[in-house]
Amino acid sequence: MASAEIDVKYVAHLARLALSPDEEKQLGAQLGSILGYIEKLRELDVTNVEPTAHAVPLVNVTRVDAVQPSLPHDEALRNAPRKAGGLFIVPKIVE
Amino acid sequence: MLNQLTISELTAKLDRREVSAREATQACLDQIARVDGQVKAFLSHDAADALAQADAADQQIKADVQKPLLGVPIAVKDVLSVKNQPLNCASKILGNYISPYDATAIEKLKAAGAIVFGRLNMDEFAMGSSTENSAFGATRNPWDLERAPGGSSGGSAAAVVAQECIASLGSDTGGSIRQPAALCGCVGLKPTYGRISRYGLVAFASSLDQIGPFTKDVRDAATLLGVMSGQDLRDSTSIPAPVPDYAAALTGEIKGLKIGLPKEYMVGGLDPEVKASVDAAVKKYQDLGAEIVEISLPHTDYAVATYYIIATAEASANLARFDGIRYGARVDGNDPIELYSKTRGAGFGPEVKRRIILGTYVLSSGYYDAFYLRAQKVRTLIRNDFLKAFEQVDAIVTPTTPTAAFKLGEKSGDPLQMYLSDIFTISCNLAGICGLSLPCGFTKTPQLPIGLQLLGKPFGEETLLKLAHAYEQSTDWHHQFPVL
Repeated sequence: MASAEIDVKYVAHLARLALSPDEEKQLGAQLGSILGYIEKLRELDVTNVEPTAHAVPLVNVTRVDAVQPSLPHDEALRNAPRKAGGLFIVPKIVE
Repeated sequence: MLNQLTISELTAKLDRREVSAREATQACLDQIARVDGQVKAFLSHDAADALAQADAADQQIKADVQKPLLGVPIAVKDVLSVKNQPLNCASKILGNYISPYDATAIEKLKAAGAIVFGRLNMDEFAMGSSTENSAFGATRNPWDLERAPGGSSGGSAAAVVAQECIASLGSDTGGSIRQPAALCGCVGLKPTYGRISRYGLVAFASSLDQIGPFTKDVRDAATLLGVMSGQDLRDSTSIPAPVPDYAAALTGEIKGLKIGLPKEYMVGGLDPEVKASVDAAVKKYQDLGAEIVEISLPHTDYAVATYYIIATAEASANLARFDGIRYGARVDGNDPIELYSKTRGAGFGPEVKRRIILGTYVLSSGYYDAFYLRAQKVRTLIRNDFLKAFEQVDAIVTPTTPTAAFKLGEKSGDPLQMYLSDIFTISCNLAGICGLSLPCGFTKTPQLPIGLQLLGKPFGEETLLKLAHAYEQSTDWHHQFPVL
């Protein structure tokens, strides 16, 4: 298992999460001790053990291919921080 | 006082027209006005809407409509969508969000006639074990206002014990129903994964989350479980198993049932008073005719580590949706990525940030196999421990928590210590089985509730409720409430 170090700045970028320098420092220390603790999983031999993604496995769950009621347009936009003309307003994405 | 009644007591009185749903609802609202300034279980509640629902219920009662929860006021953790009510997950990031639809569990409660009201406090996004991680301030334990009610569903447990509602709903990802139920002294049930639809429950860790009830007795838990269970096409992980009549299982007859006592749960860190209460409960089960069998769950010691990899990994993906685009409070940026980062940096609290970073890390390139995949394999070992044990026994009994309620602030500075307070409840979610906590005694000074945990087979809720009910009916713990 990997060593108990974490590049908080890099991971925060991956998570799209702005952190203050103080937060970065504090998280680095706390996560170091948590990672130290979870390293105990290294003690176990997991050769030939299948991973569990869901405890109650179901396969091929489908529903009938029929039109169902859905959220009306204005309801879907009801909580938008910014909207206009029935659309969400976002910063410019393509120059 | 009507707010002190159980669901079964209140529905009987409503049925006989001795009282009205309005009176029962008003009694809850009066209790909130009287005690919630101290307890702080509710983030908000709409009294006018609750009374309007009560009046509608009274009209139906007059017309002899029969519904299992007709006129019963039930309050809801701030993580479940209730149409036209606020939903914040006790976080700042959702701003003034109003739910545009009902969660399936809420739809079913309403169809059963319940008065669904109030938003109950919790740890932000259900991440925590004390309710101290709420962005709106901590809930207090009704038995001792200087102590935590547990979490993450601390508001749901405190509101039931402070008798501010007849029953409530919470969610349980690693013990978030059973742990606060134990620390506040009520019944809390985490159903088997897939038993109740998660549609409309804000996702924390999708492979672990389940909705469940907080009630004053076991019969009420059976009633609410029956109402909320069943397959839902809007949650592909809900199971197409028939829903039994859970109340019919409450016969009091448990002779010959085998209860497993895992040796790994009665060791270091367990408070002597908690141990004594659990030992006495085990003795009581023997007196009632159950057979106690010592069992082993050898991977118990790895559950917390496994959980904090899997739960944070799933959370880091689930919480990506809170980006300031479609809902919630937005902090503007020059490009979309800056907008997302600033919005999330300003909107999430410290514990949520900690878990997003940890979860992102264990999923990141180079660490996935070492952490996430390994944790999923250990999860298999933990699940197999339980499946093997259930070949021998019908249920398992343990303490719900290693200690009674801890003081506010006692563990909030040390995340790892806080995580370890869930040591007895976490395996149940990893294994996907069902679990229940019910009162089994009190510490002496100060007087604080102690919880007994029963764990059952996948879809073994009937046996679990039967065992819980038989014990409850032979004790007086569930009739004791704090003086507020």
